[in-house]
Amino acid sequence: MRIKSPPAILPSRLRVRLVLILSLGLASLCLIPQAGAEYGDVVLNRISEANDMRPVIFPHWFHRLRFRCKVCHGELGFEMRAGSNPMDMGKIIDGQYCGMCHNGQVAWSVDECHLCHSGKPGLKTGIRGSNQTGGPGRW
Amino acid sequence: MKLKSLVYPAALGLSFALLAAEPSWIPLAEDGLHDPESPAIKLLQEPAEALSRLPADNVGNKVSWIEALREQYIEPRTNIFPETKIEILDMDIIMENTGELPLVMFPHRPHTEWLDCKNCHDKIFVEKVDANPINMFAILSGQYCGQCHGAVAFPLTECNRCHSVPRSIFTGNPGVQPQPAAN
Repeated sequence: MRIKSPPAILPSRLRVRLVLILSLGLASLCLIPQAGAEYGDVVLNRISEANDMRPVIFPHWFHRLRFRCKVCHGELGFEMRAGSNPMDMGKIIDGQYCGMCHNGQVAWSVDECHLCHSGKPGLKTGIRGSNQTGGPGRW
Repeated sequence: MKLKSLVYPAALGLSFALLAAEPSWIPLAEDGLHDPESPAIKLLQEPAEALSRLPADNVGNKVSWIEALREQYIEPRTNIFPETKIEILDMDIIMENTGELPLVMFPHRPHTEWLDCKNCHDKIFVEKVDANPINMFAILSGQYCGQCHGAVAFPLTECNRCHSVPRSIFTGNPGVQPQPAAN
């Protein structure tokens, strides 16, 4: 017995092309997960550019390979919200905040300005590379 | 007809191949944050160089940080000051107000391996069962668990990692569990 195929809504060649394009589109979404920052990267630009320096890019991934969260967010007193830590170079040179390690002993010293001040001009302070919910990704 | 019979499996195959592809990390010069003109680009460590050696995950940094720590792929420092007290707490809490979703099992151990008690208590969570009106709206707007999960810890797309205990198999009482699960 032969079953009649249902009437096509689109011409079959067009349908095939459409399916191919959609599949490739979906596949490319999987291939390029997030064009952009690494998960947890923080941009610090409260005062950098106003002082003719590039914004600071703080990579969480790099630091958590070497330190547990509790070191910076416990011992060093970093608040867990981008932009809420009132640090400046005076305090850092004084050994506070980043200066606790970036002193030429634990990590590179503050005279390597460009290693931290490495961001594109115009970036706004906040956490990048994370999920865009109403919360931390937008801070 | 013949073309179609080739196209469907090919497209499907391609999608699966790409889904199963090895995780990749974007080079610093192309991440949209670092200035490609900055002299730092040549000196800073690339994410792929460090993260590709660690146990894989499919979200966040594409790294299972818990496994990386447990299996000693990494040994991050616990303290800078010698007098800092390091506390690890092995205690699970079951939360039952999850609607129809599986119950939430919160394991203190992996959290205290990274964090200090005072990072959460009592600033984010009151140190008492049932004292915190946690809900997903608050979490999605960055409160409670959402302070870290969605920013630096695994993202809020991974429902089952927290909602991990099916209602049908849980026979105990919610709250502090007598025996922590092996985690």
